Amino acid sequence: MRRLVRSAAFALGGLALAVVLPAQDLANFEKNLTRHTLDNGLTFLIYERPVAPVVSFYTYVNAGSAQEVAGITGLAHMFEHMAFKGTSRIGTTDIDSERAALAEIDEAYHAYDRSRRDLGADPEEVARLEKVWKDAREKATEFLTRDEFSEIIDRAGGVGLNASTASDKTDYFYSLPASKVELWAYLESERFLDPVLREFYTERDVVMEERRLRVDSAPIGRLIEQMLATAFIAHPYGYPTIGYMSDLESFSREDAQAFYDKYYVPSNMTIAIVGAVNAEELLPMLEKYFGRLPAGDKPPALRTVEPRQIAERIIRMPDAAQPIYVEGYLRPEATHPDDAVYDAIVDVLSTGRTSRLYRSLVRDRKIAAQTGAFNGFPGNKYQNLMLLFAFPTPDHSNQEVQDAIRSEIERLKTELISDQELAMVKTRAKAGLVRSLADNTGIGRQLAAYEVLYGDWRELFRSVDRIELVTKEDIQRVAREAFNPVNRTVAMIVNVEPAEIVATDETGGSESSEG
Amino acid sequence: MNSMMMKSGWKAMRALLAVRAPLVLMALLAPIVPIPPATAQVEDYRDIEFPELQDFEIPRPETFALDNGLEVFLLEDRELPLIEVVARIRTGSVYEPADKTGLAGLLGAVQRTGGTRTMTGDEIDDFLEARAASVETNVGNTVGFASMDCLAGDFDEVLTVFHDILRFPVFAEDKLEIARAQARSQIARRNDSVGAIAAREFSRLIYGPQSPMSRLTEYATVAAVSRGDLAEWHARYYHPNNIFLGVVGDFDSASMKRKIQAAFGNWPEGAEFDEVAIEYRKEHKAGVYFIEKSDVTQANVRLGHLGITMDNPDFFPLQVMNEVLSGGFSGRLLRNIRSEKGLAYSAGGRVGASYTYPGVAGFSLQTKSETMGEAVDALYEELEGMISNPATEEELGRAKDTILNSFIFNYASKGQVLAQQMLYAYYGLPVDFLETYRSNIEKVKTADVARVAEDYLHPEKAKLLVVGRAEDFDRPMSSFGEVTEIDISIPSPPAGPSD
Repeated sequence: MRRLVRSAAFALGGLALAVVLPAQDLANFEKNLTRHTLDNGLTFLIYERPVAPVVSFYTYVNAGSAQEVAGITGLAHMFEHMAFKGTSRIGTTDIDSERAALAEIDEAYHAYDRSRRDLGADPEEVARLEKVWKDAREKATEFLTRDEFSEIIDRAGGVGLNASTASDKTDYFYSLPASKVELWAYLESERFLDPVLREFYTERDVVMEERRLRVDSAPIGRLIEQMLATAFIAHPYGYPTIGYMSDLESFSREDAQAFYDKYYVPSNMTIAIVGAVNAEELLPMLEKYFGRLPAGDKPPALRTVEPRQIAERIIRMPDAAQPIYVEGYLRPEATHPDDAVYDAIVDVLSTGRTSRLYRSLVRDRKIAAQTGAFNGFPGNKYQNLMLLFAFPTPDHSNQEVQDAIRSEIERLKTELISDQELAMVKTRAKAGLVRSLADNTGIGRQLAAYEVLYGDWRELFRSVDRIELVTKEDIQRVAREAFNPVNRTVAMIVNVEPAEIVATDETGGSESSEG
Repeated sequence: MNSMMMKSGWKAMRALLAVRAPLVLMALLAPIVPIPPATAQVEDYRDIEFPELQDFEIPRPETFALDNGLEVFLLEDRELPLIEVVARIRTGSVYEPADKTGLAGLLGAVQRTGGTRTMTGDEIDDFLEARAASVETNVGNTVGFASMDCLAGDFDEVLTVFHDILRFPVFAEDKLEIARAQARSQIARRNDSVGAIAAREFSRLIYGPQSPMSRLTEYATVAAVSRGDLAEWHARYYHPNNIFLGVVGDFDSASMKRKIQAAFGNWPEGAEFDEVAIEYRKEHKAGVYFIEKSDVTQANVRLGHLGITMDNPDFFPLQVMNEVLSGGFSGRLLRNIRSEKGLAYSAGGRVGASYTYPGVAGFSLQTKSETMGEAVDALYEELEGMISNPATEEELGRAKDTILNSFIFNYASKGQVLAQQMLYAYYGLPVDFLETYRSNIEKVKTADVARVAEDYLHPEKAKLLVVGRAEDFDRPMSSFGEVTEIDISIPSPPAGPSD
C-alpha cells in the first residue's frame, strides 16, 4: 500500500511537471538559476530563492538498481547506506589501524563465505570461520566514532537528512541554515571523494531488516516484487531495489566499493542547491571542494532493452490480506515523443473525483474504496509500466474491478475524451508546476531529475508545450497502442485462509550471521 | 520501489516532535547570506568558520475577529500566484457517541463530497477540477479541518464554494453510502498491515479499549450513522465562534479582510463549544501482550505507558531527553539498536505530549522473528539506561545544538508560520510559544534531563506488545511475564441487506 501510494504521488508529481508556464515565467526563473559544470564533469544547478535563510542540497547520482545484475541485487541501495558511514577523517579515531582491521574483516568474510557454500564443508569449520569473521568485525569497532557523519549535520541544525535509492537513481539530501553552506560542501565532497565502507556487515543486517519490513512482512510489497519480476523478463527493472535476500546475505564490502568506483564518478552526478545563496559567491567554494573529485569514465549505457511483450502475464498471489488488483502496461521511456500523452491518459483515468476510475468504480458502482493510475513504474529512463490499481470494497471481487477498469480502457480506445476533460488535464498540469516551485527540496529534486533525463533542466518548463499540444486523438491513438492484452501484466492478491498461503522463503538457501 | 527511503523511522519520529513538525508551506523576505571567499583547503570540518546567520524578520500573521466570533489569521506571501485557506473547527472524533464510532470520519468525508444547498457534490468536483483547485474536509481526534487551495485568480469563486461546504453542507445520502463503503473497506483491511495492528492495539492498551482515543470503528457503528447524525453534528459544532480561519498567499491584506467579512460576516453566532472530559485509562500497570500474525518475518514491538500534556512544566527538559534518546542516528536508540547491533531498520520513540489529554510515552522497533527477545531486551535496556545512566554533558550539547540550530526551519515558509500560530491559538498556547521555546531549551541542564527520565520513564510499569510469528521467536513471550493474547478478529457486519 505504502509503495503504491508513494509511487502514485511520485508519478503525479512527474505529471505535473510535464506542463509549462508561459515563457515569461521560464525567463524569470532562469534569471535566478546558475548552471555550472566543473572540469571533472560534475554539474551544479544553483537556484537563488532567498525567502528564508535556509538552503537545501540535493545530490543526484545517475545509478540505481537498474545498474545491478543477478547476484548483486540491492547493492545500489546498500551503498547508499554506506554513504552515511563517514570518511578517512570522519567516523574514525585512527584510520590506518582501522583500514588494517577492515582488511581483516574482508579476508575473514571470504573464508567464511567460501566454506558455507562448500557442499562438503564441516559445519564446525564453517562455525569457526564465522566466528573469526565476527571477531574481526568486533575488533574494527575499536577505531570507530559511530555515526559521526550524521551527528555533525544534526548538530549544525541540518533537517531532512536522508537518501533514497530507486531503479534509476540514488539521491542524497538535507537542508541547513544558510550560514552553513561550506559545511555541506565539505561533507558532501568528502563523502563522495573518500567514503570508508565501515560497519558494512552490520549495516547489511539492517538492510535485511528493511527488506523484511517493506517486502516480506507486507502483502503489497510481496505482490509488487512478484509483479515486477514478471513484467520485465530481461531488463533490470525486474529486480527489487531492496535486493533479494540471498544477495543481501552474500555480497561483500568489496562489491559495494566496486559499485561506487564505477558509478560515483563526477560526470555521473548532478547537484542542485536551492535557497538563500548567491551563485557567484558560491562557485569558488564548490570548485575548491568538489574539484577534488577525480574525473572518471562515464559508466557505460545499459545494454539490455526489454523485448517486445508477446504474451499476457498474470500473477495471482494467495494471501491472508484483502484483495488488491493491479494491472500494468509496458510503455516507452520518458523521453519518448508520446510521454505527455501517457501522462494525459493517466490523468484522465485517475486524478481527482472527476477521474474516470473514481467515478465508475468508487462513485457509481461502489465496488472499489480507492483507485489510481500512474506512469513510470519502477523508473522512467527505460521502458516502464503504466499502472492501474483498485482496492475492492468488501463483498466485491478482483474480477469486478478488473471488468470495470477494462471498460474504462475500452472507452478510451473507442470514444474521444471530452473537451472538458482535456482542459482539466492541461490546467492541472500548469497549476501543478506552480505548486511544485514552493519548496526548496522539491525544486532541487526536479531540476536535477530533468537535467539528467533530458540534459537540460529547462525541460521542466518546456514540457508545458508537450502537454498543451496533446489532442483527444492522440489519447485515443496511444490508448489503442498501449492497452493491449499482450502488453499487460496483471497482479492481484487473492484472499485465502492462512493455511493455504505459501510461506516467504526468507533465507534463500545459505545461512548467514543470523540467529 | 520508487523511493527506498532510508530513514523513514527517523523521519516519522522527527515529525512527532511537536514544534518541528512541518505544518504547511510558503515563503518570506530574507537577506542573502554572504559566503566567505574561497580559502585554503579545509582539512577538518571543525576548522570551517561560519558567518553569522543574518537577521531575519519573523513573519507575523495579522489577526482579527469578526463580530460573530470567527478568528481570522492573514499572512501575505507574494512569491507564487497561489492562495491557501485553512480552517480549524472546535470538534473532534473523541466527542462521538461510542455506538456511532466513525461518525466524525464519515462527516469529514461527506461534508466535502455530499454537496451544498446550491451545488451537488458532482458539480463541485467538476467546478474545482476545472480550476485545478481543491477543497477538503476532515475531522481529527480533537479538531476539525477544512482547507482550500487555488490559483490566486480563482480565489473569489472558489471561496464561495469553500464557504458553502463549511457552512451549508447537505450530506447527500448517496455520497454517505460511498463513505460507508470506504469505511467498511478500512475495517476489512485493518489486519493486513502488521505495523497498523501494533499501533492500533498499543493505543488501546494504553488508553483503554473503550477510550475515545483508541476505540475501534466497527461495521455496526458505521451502519448506525445516519445522514441526520451528520447534519446534527454539523449544527452542533460548525459555528463561526468555534472556527479559526487562516489565509496565506498572493493577496493584499486590506482587500482580503473585506472578502472574508463579506463571505463569513453574516454567519450567525452559535452555541459555545462544550468541552467534555475525555475518558482514558489513567494507571500505569505493566503487562505483556501478544498478537499472532503468521505471515510475517519480523516481530513488531511496542513498549510504553502514558506520556504528558503540553502544559507540563517539564515539557522542555523532556524534549531534550527525547532528542538524547531517539534524535536521529546519534540518539541512543538508533545508535545502539540499529547501528551497533544491526537488530532493526528503525527503532525509536519518545515521551509524547498532547494538548487536551496525555500523549503516549511509546517506543517501537521491528526485528526479525529470530531476534525478538534480544531486541526487546535491548529496548528495555535503553529505557532503563536513560534513568541509570543519564544524559552526559556531551549528549546534552548534541541534543540542544540539534534543536536550537535547526530552529530557523520553523520559519522556512509562511504557510508553516500561519499553521503554527493557528495551532497555538486553538489550544490556548501563548502567541510567542515558539520564541520562548528556544530559551526554554537553552536553560535545560543535565540534572534536569536525569530528573525527567526518572519521573516520566517507567520501564517497570510499561506495557509490552509484540505482533509476530511466535514459532520463530528466539524465546517465548512468557519469558517477559504472564502473557495476555489479544484477539484481533474482526466482528462480522450486522445482519441485514448490504450493497
